[in-house]
Amino acid sequence: MITTENRVTQLFEQHDDSSKIMSLFLTAGYPDLQACVDLILGFDENGVDMVELGMPFSDPLADGPTIQYSSNVAIEQGITMKKILDIVEQVRKQSEIPIILMGYINPVLRYGAEDFCRDAAEAGVDGLIIPDIPIEESGILTEEAQRYQLPIIYLVAPNTSDERMQKIDQQSQGFVYCVSVTGVTGAREGDEVAQSVQRFIDRVKANITNNPKMVGFGIKSHEDAQRIAADMDGFIVGSALIDTIREHYPEEGWKEQVFAFVRSLKYGTE
Amino acid sequence: MTYDLPTKEGYFGNFGGKFVPEILIPVLEELEEAYNEAWQDDEFQAEYRHLLNEYVGRPTKLTYTNRLTDHYGKAKIYLKREDLCHTGAHKINNAIGQILLARRMGKDRIIAETGAGQHGVATATACAKFGVDCIVYMGAEDMERQKLNVERMRLLGTEVRSVTSGSQTLKDATNEAIRDWVTNVEDTFYIIGSVVGPHPYPKMVRNFHKVIGDEIRDQLKEAEGREVPDHLLACVGGGSNAIGAFYPFIEDEEVKMYGLEAAGLGADTDETAATLTIGTPGVLHGSMSYLLHDADGQIQLAHSISAGLDYPGIGPEHSYLHETKRVQYHSITDEQAMEGVKLLSETEGIIPALETAHAIAYLDELMPNTEKDEIVVLNCSGRGDKDMTTISNNL
Repeated sequence: MITTENRVTQLFEQHDDSSKIMSLFLTAGYPDLQACVDLILGFDENGVDMVELGMPFSDPLADGPTIQYSSNVAIEQGITMKKILDIVEQVRKQSEIPIILMGYINPVLRYGAEDFCRDAAEAGVDGLIIPDIPIEESGILTEEAQRYQLPIIYLVAPNTSDERMQKIDQQSQGFVYCVSVTGVTGAREGDEVAQSVQRFIDRVKANITNNPKMVGFGIKSHEDAQRIAADMDGFIVGSALIDTIREHYPEEGWKEQVFAFVRSLKYGTE
Repeated sequence: MTYDLPTKEGYFGNFGGKFVPEILIPVLEELEEAYNEAWQDDEFQAEYRHLLNEYVGRPTKLTYTNRLTDHYGKAKIYLKREDLCHTGAHKINNAIGQILLARRMGKDRIIAETGAGQHGVATATACAKFGVDCIVYMGAEDMERQKLNVERMRLLGTEVRSVTSGSQTLKDATNEAIRDWVTNVEDTFYIIGSVVGPHPYPKMVRNFHKVIGDEIRDQLKEAEGREVPDHLLACVGGGSNAIGAFYPFIEDEEVKMYGLEAAGLGADTDETAATLTIGTPGVLHGSMSYLLHDADGQIQLAHSISAGLDYPGIGPEHSYLHETKRVQYHSITDEQAMEGVKLLSETEGIIPALETAHAIAYLDELMPNTEKDEIVVLNCSGRGDKDMTTISNNL
């Protein structure tokens, strides 16, 4: 079991129902190392409840063009696992915002499963999302993560059966990441999201009963989020955030523009 | 020794598995069930065999090479003539098998990735034959290098989508095909071109190619009165032609097997595709296998004169056969491969594909250590017409 001192566990336990939990995905090292730290600290002050820090991989086969782009930028600027953990350490000096590392398994294994879990926990990481590790392959990381009290968060998708959702709910720790539409990460047409999503949400409600539920993929506005996350504990935004950073960085005042977008995601247009 | 791999979880020892996003798990389960059922079904087998015979042109010949044999003056050398398959390489065996499966599953949209274009052409061909929509993802750089195959696919009615992400080669084309697949899981069947990818692909693709080794056994018996060769050679990129030739002989311990991978400019340089020689285990495109990757786990670009061997990974079963030492893997440089092209062309009047030339080049090493009463079989996986521009630029 993960102890109650874990920041993710605490977040869900202590959160009241007045608003949805908002988690943002940001590629580590994007748009640059220092800016990445500054953004996370700023998120904490602008209504963000949790951060998923993406570990860039050369072959992000579950990601759309936006996250492929930010991953490439970070890799070209020399991001390494060590530097990703440095980002977390720097944030931890000033903030207790829950941070989850999210990325593909190969760089994790290359670093060493045991070393990775130990160093991540020491840096102040609160959980892991590894999209190319389905529950069948969880053995590759479970023991190590358990040893260092790092929850592993698993995903469910629209084509996940009821029975399988229940299995994933048993194994997932912290919360369950509900991928609302099939496909890669990134913005979608509003209608497409709205039409296909309700049946999935209903099945998630019926089958995920142990864990909090966070919904993501294709959410790009407060309105999207309120509609899709109505029956969930919260929502996750990634590509729309990175598109916003890309639009404004590095012009003067770019961070304020990003934080304004972040507040609008959480609270609606001011 | 009985060999019964992969396990039901899709593992060959420590290699293989299903390292894919959750969205693909139900799809792979559905595929595995359909494949297992089809493979046991006499009607499916009959249709597959019929197409291999009447359309692909099987069985392909096992050709005795008198002049190549004389060149070394040692063991007798036979070529398994996969270059004589329709479309010019072994790839069509698998494309036919998978399209039959796609039809059986009611999937009417086919996608594929291609590097050199041979698998793309084989898939486009099978789709034309069955009147099915086909989209092939191909790296922009590969499209430039393999223009002829792009034109062939287009003529066959396939849409070739240029991939401009990453290194714009095979690995990126594979990423893009997988992105299409996760987006269109309902109606789309992904025809993977080698013994790579998540379970059950490595098993399924192997079994669609095992006809190569099965035929070698029958034909050798006819020609030499014995069922097994002493030495069996094949080139290895992802490793589909090699596993097709090797698999039926894995339990025959007296058969020495050699997989030849591409060293590019040299296995000790950065310009190489010698995955087993210098790589380490990792996860790419859905399975655990040997990989070329840097200290941070970022996948490295592979290089080979042969676009078909230019891949930073290798099929998981080869990683297993390498670790258990059942198969010996060696690497062959671009320059050696070019010598192989010349040798076979001049001695036997057969212009081999640059991929195949890697296996031929290894004869220089192997043959002096063979005996006159031994038999060598080399899988001649493809013909060299597609490579003529590269070949003439490097002669």
